[in-house]
Amino acid sequence: MSAIATPIAQTPGAWKLPYRSKVGMACLIIAESAIFTIFVVAYLYYAGKSLSGPTPREVLETPIFYTICLLSSSLTIHFAERFLVRGGRAGFLGFWFLTIVLGGLFLFGTGREWHRLIYEHGLTISTNLFGTTYYSLVGLHAFHVTVGLIMLSIVFLFGLAGRVGSEQSARVEVLSMYWHFVDGVWVVVFTVVYILGR
Amino acid sequence: MGDFGGTAMSSDAMAIRAAQAAGRPWVETLHDWVTTVDHKRLGILYIVYSLLFLVIGGLEATIMRIQLMRPHSDFVPPQVFNRMFTMHGTTMIFFVAMPIVFGFANYLVPLMVGARDMAFPRLNAFSFWLTAFSGILLYFSFVGGSGLYGAGNAPDVGWWAYAPLTSRAFSPGHSSDYWTVAVLVSGFGSIGTATNIIATVLSMRCPGMTLGRMPLMAWLSLVMAGLVLITITPLSAAQIMLLVDRYLGGHFFDTQAGGSAALWMHFFWIFGHPEVYILVIPAFAIASEIIPVFSRKPIFGYPIMVAATVCIGFISMSVWAHHMFTIGMTSTANTFFVLTTMAISVPTGIKIFNWLGTMWGGKIQFKTPMLFCIAFLFQFLVAGLTGIMLGAAPFNWQLNGSYFVVAHFHYVIVGAILFCIFGGFYYWFPKVTGRMLDEKLGKLHFWLFVIGFHLTFDAMHIPGLLGMPRRIYTYEPGRGWDIWNVIVTIGTFIQGIATLVFVANLILSYFRGPRAGNDPWDAWTLEWSVSSPPPAYNFAVIPTVESRRPLWDRKHPEDPDSRYE
Repeated sequence: MSAIATPIAQTPGAWKLPYRSKVGMACLIIAESAIFTIFVVAYLYYAGKSLSGPTPREVLETPIFYTICLLSSSLTIHFAERFLVRGGRAGFLGFWFLTIVLGGLFLFGTGREWHRLIYEHGLTISTNLFGTTYYSLVGLHAFHVTVGLIMLSIVFLFGLAGRVGSEQSARVEVLSMYWHFVDGVWVVVFTVVYILGR
Repeated sequence: MGDFGGTAMSSDAMAIRAAQAAGRPWVETLHDWVTTVDHKRLGILYIVYSLLFLVIGGLEATIMRIQLMRPHSDFVPPQVFNRMFTMHGTTMIFFVAMPIVFGFANYLVPLMVGARDMAFPRLNAFSFWLTAFSGILLYFSFVGGSGLYGAGNAPDVGWWAYAPLTSRAFSPGHSSDYWTVAVLVSGFGSIGTATNIIATVLSMRCPGMTLGRMPLMAWLSLVMAGLVLITITPLSAAQIMLLVDRYLGGHFFDTQAGGSAALWMHFFWIFGHPEVYILVIPAFAIASEIIPVFSRKPIFGYPIMVAATVCIGFISMSVWAHHMFTIGMTSTANTFFVLTTMAISVPTGIKIFNWLGTMWGGKIQFKTPMLFCIAFLFQFLVAGLTGIMLGAAPFNWQLNGSYFVVAHFHYVIVGAILFCIFGGFYYWFPKVTGRMLDEKLGKLHFWLFVIGFHLTFDAMHIPGLLGMPRRIYTYEPGRGWDIWNVIVTIGTFIQGIATLVFVANLILSYFRGPRAGNDPWDAWTLEWSVSSPPPAYNFAVIPTVESRRPLWDRKHPEDPDSRYE
């Protein structure tokens, strides 16, 4: 029966659909965006409604250095990807490692800030509404950075073992989509917490 | 029909598999089912799992109806009644409706788009087992949960769990945590499956299957999955906040520390209203497959159907606060949500007209699947009309929280969604099992269910109009509610009997039903081109399609659809 049973091999390359892992990651990013949106809405809705101190204006310091670290890691992962596509193993590993370091620095910055808030200002998640919304929003983001760092490190270890070549570049690209998303979310969180929320 | 190259090959392969399977110990079969990543088996698991919970949720409803049949009844104590309505709602939405919808999509979408499996088979299995685990976790609360009334407490905060009922002070112990964690975990399962459906539809279609040629089932599943991604996640976020409140001393919903109970309502209904569409869009999908086949006409207005569905998807995300007219929003907000609610009835109306347009002038065959779909059309229209009534804020102020609301949403969920799902069972059971469901039992099931449904839910509107509030465990005699409650309860039992007929039909037909063959309905979508049940790999040769009705083209090479599209 004519057209239906034609084997796929007769039209090679003519039928092209998006790479499924990219679609999958895009779906995850959409879902995660909705989660973050709800936390951001809660943060903005409760901004200035705490019944007791400390308030954001009193205790928050803008983490400019660590923000630069995280945002530039988007660039380094992009360079790493380009090296991988072209088969430059050393360049890929170097930039990939730099990405992990920058992400790690950012996480360290969040940790330092939390330490300062808890031990110097006595602000915990149960202190007031600001504490509740601040730690959950920033914590949710830090959790995503942590997950991202774990995945980046796994790829790095595979890379050191020589298992990541240009044939894996599409998969690495999927992971870097996630990392760009984590960075993008930080832009929103930064704006909400350190600019609008004060 | 049925003897087309690849198809014959796959039937042979099936025969060999069946012969191999004959002498295997049951442990191995069980192991196969537990470790399976095959979309068809996972689809069946989803459906069987949700049927199990359908029976449990139905029993809970029956307990409530027995209690409410007469005034001053003491069939169950009030705290048990609270657990019953909480568990009934949670079970029916998260562990019956969602999994059954996912089951249908899982089984059918890859077959319909000409793929050998879903895009991520292992994620698919993981999502199913997450859902399965969360259902068991919820029901473990009956044994292991401790709550307001001591040990062995199921959640009793209502399926929407309004703050501050869920705060530590009013929900001591762990019963509410079972609810929170179960719903959270099932949400993760839903996100996994939705991702899978989207990736399958976008990346796994066979050559020639452009977006404009996909069966409506695939299109509507795509929209449904998109809605799941955007609207289940707010609920997950709200559950995380609730856990922060309960375990870390947070104040999200703690009014004493400046938190807001209304915010929980917003977050819940941002999920809650689109959820209705997550469930009803797959029902639309089933109707859109069945009605053309049994009217012997292609679907009327295919592009409009797709556009209307996408439209519904978008508008459904802007109507949530029509559940909250009585909490005292500003008049601007009220007006906005009234208008969006009215707006969503436009694309829905378009769909109804298109289904009627499909039937118009067709050679309608009144087989059981078609009967369920025709009843769906009528009932969904009525549900839409009461929906418009409730969507008008002043009317809503009178009737919110009454049995009128309960009647309205059961009209949607039972009268539209469940009817379509029953229709889907009669339509695809032959494909899944290789045997036809019995027509006589099917018609008996249909008529009993129609009668039971209308007795219950038509009658339920009236005590609502007369002021009977929902969630009361008993009431005073002589308010004009008595007779209606008796009728509602009688209807419930008739629906129960109809469901028993259905289950009997499933079991009897599975063993004794006549052989179905590949294509018992003379249908047009790709799933009917393979053997029944389909082989594990679906298609021995990946098909190529040239129109929206590939099997029509194949059966009528002298007059293919591709000539007109």
